[in-house]
Amino acid sequence: MTASETVSNTVLKTKFSDLTRMPDARGHFGPYGGRFVSETLSFALEELEKTYFSLRDDPDFQAEFDYDLAHYVGRPSPLYHAKRWSESLGGAQIWLKREDLNHTGAHKVNNTIGQALLAKKTGKPRIIAETGAGQHGVASATVAARLGLECDIYMGAEDVQRQKLNVYRMRLLGARVIPVESGTRTLKDAMNEALRDWVTNVDNTFYIIGTVAGPHPYPLLVRDFNAVVGREARRQSLEQIGRLPDALIACVGGGSNALGLFYPFVEDDDVAMYGVEAGGDGVETGRHAAPLASNAPRGVLHGNRTYLMSDEAGQVSDTHSISAGLDYPGVGPEHALWKDVGRVKYVVANDNEVLEAFRELTHMEGIMPALESAHALAHAKVLAPTMRPDQHIVVNLSGRGDKDIMTVAKIDGIEF
Amino acid sequence: MNRIDQRFSELKQQGRKALIPYITAGDPAPQYTVGFMHALVDAGADVIELGVPFSDPMADGPVIQKACERALKQGTRLVDLMQMVKEFRQTDTTTPVVLMGYLNPIERIGYENFADQAASVGVDGVLIVDMPPEEADEIGPLLKSRDLAAIFLVAPTTSNERAATICAHGEGYLYYVSLKGVTGAATLNAEDVAEHLAPLRGMTDLPLCVGFGIRDGVTAAEVAKVADGVIVGSALVNRIAESLDAPETIAGQLKSVLAEMRTAMDA
Repeated sequence: MTASETVSNTVLKTKFSDLTRMPDARGHFGPYGGRFVSETLSFALEELEKTYFSLRDDPDFQAEFDYDLAHYVGRPSPLYHAKRWSESLGGAQIWLKREDLNHTGAHKVNNTIGQALLAKKTGKPRIIAETGAGQHGVASATVAARLGLECDIYMGAEDVQRQKLNVYRMRLLGARVIPVESGTRTLKDAMNEALRDWVTNVDNTFYIIGTVAGPHPYPLLVRDFNAVVGREARRQSLEQIGRLPDALIACVGGGSNALGLFYPFVEDDDVAMYGVEAGGDGVETGRHAAPLASNAPRGVLHGNRTYLMSDEAGQVSDTHSISAGLDYPGVGPEHALWKDVGRVKYVVANDNEVLEAFRELTHMEGIMPALESAHALAHAKVLAPTMRPDQHIVVNLSGRGDKDIMTVAKIDGIEF
Repeated sequence: MNRIDQRFSELKQQGRKALIPYITAGDPAPQYTVGFMHALVDAGADVIELGVPFSDPMADGPVIQKACERALKQGTRLVDLMQMVKEFRQTDTTTPVVLMGYLNPIERIGYENFADQAASVGVDGVLIVDMPPEEADEIGPLLKSRDLAAIFLVAPTTSNERAATICAHGEGYLYYVSLKGVTGAATLNAEDVAEHLAPLRGMTDLPLCVGFGIRDGVTAAEVAKVADGVIVGSALVNRIAESLDAPETIAGQLKSVLAEMRTAMDA
């Protein structure tokens, strides 16, 4: 630990110390979070909470998790200096946390490995999951295959259309993909349907929620399982840059990759953090998925209180994003609190800016990012030129773009 | 005395069981709802559960999901429900009305505003599906001070410890969810229900009402033998769904479905 780090930690303790103690015993992050579920699920959530807390500090459990992350996922993921892109932007140095290189191609697998270990402990023979872009579905189907568990994945019918490749990957892995036709036919509806399944099959089914939302203890455990991203990035920054970065950037849908990267830095007051939400056609058009940046009202959906895009009557709004993985009207409750206390600045990137960033990184660095992650890159394009070349930004490259080739090709007018 | 307590004490004196129909307000269109409520009372309803339509009804099966979609398509809002109850109360001052739904529409208009409006139009109880007693700290006192009963669910998965907490917080009646699943899913097992109700009897004097899986006179009568009340939702809402092209016939159909249950229960 460097001298400057010690100083900055002390300063931070007084300012953001409460944030590391969240959530409270009932799963609240200040006014957010909680456990807003129908009674049938209360038992399962209490059981999950008990299981997790009994294992959270168990060295054997930790060792098993670390082993899987190292030998199955391929961690640590590199922190890569995107020199050419940084030079062309003419400002801060951009470092990419390469979660795209993980087994299954995104950060999502960190969490599914962790929850699969919990599923194994509870002895339930079946897992279910919701998915938007399909990355969490693929990661869930993968751990199910490895453990020999039955696996059903709920996916909005619209997302099934725009993420055909991932749908087929899940099927190859032995999972059943169930298209959800209700509501807006996207991620939120997939989550509704997964909850309906869970309430029906709660005795034999473990629900692997893919993001830092949902009822307590999900926001907590999904954060914990993804925090390996930030712990590595912190250590790698100290090794490769020689100090902590000046800024972190990550995209935010539900917000799991962002929390994973940010959480281990939360007390590092000098490290600025930017969460990038899906601006869609632009926040001013109403066609977006940016509850934080657009100052959506508070609301309750999927078991937690958070910022939630809804109309004046409290009906949840339709959202829009080029990326299925960010197409969600709510956001993890911990992000809601971090917005309120000012620890993270939440901004947007619009679909066209995202595509530009996608193409730019592909051309200049030979790395094809997921459209979700390209939101974070789009903000790096804005932020880097405002900073000096001796400053450093770490961007969470949370997933790879193979799954998005069809979407981009369609925009380019190419049919396969 | 709250109308719900009044009604259950009358039923107890008469040795009868409560019949509690559920319909989603605004389905198939808002102008029908008050008429349906009166029809249900004519057919023997003791309490009416009026569903607040929500865009994401996570605890409901396809039948009530579609009812919500139809009601929302017609623009039904929580404030419109308040008007419906107000209109219903112009001619029916005794049948208790319980608003049942999800928390977000109530969050959005504000707890205090909601409680004020509900009390002023003549609502008697509130059942918020996704709000267990642990999350009711804030709204609970606001309901209580206006004599609105906070009604909670108990499920087959509820531990005795939790059940005790729920009983301590619950008012009006306890809503026992007869099976694991969403509304309209399957047919319940009356023996199983009786087994689960037994320990609850020792915890509370609240009437124990059973919902989920009650489809006809036979199941209603079976449940009435072991419970204090029978709640029926999807079986009624299904009739609405099947008669969208002849909405003027719906009130009559709801009446006959409910009357069959009433007769079977009272036999």
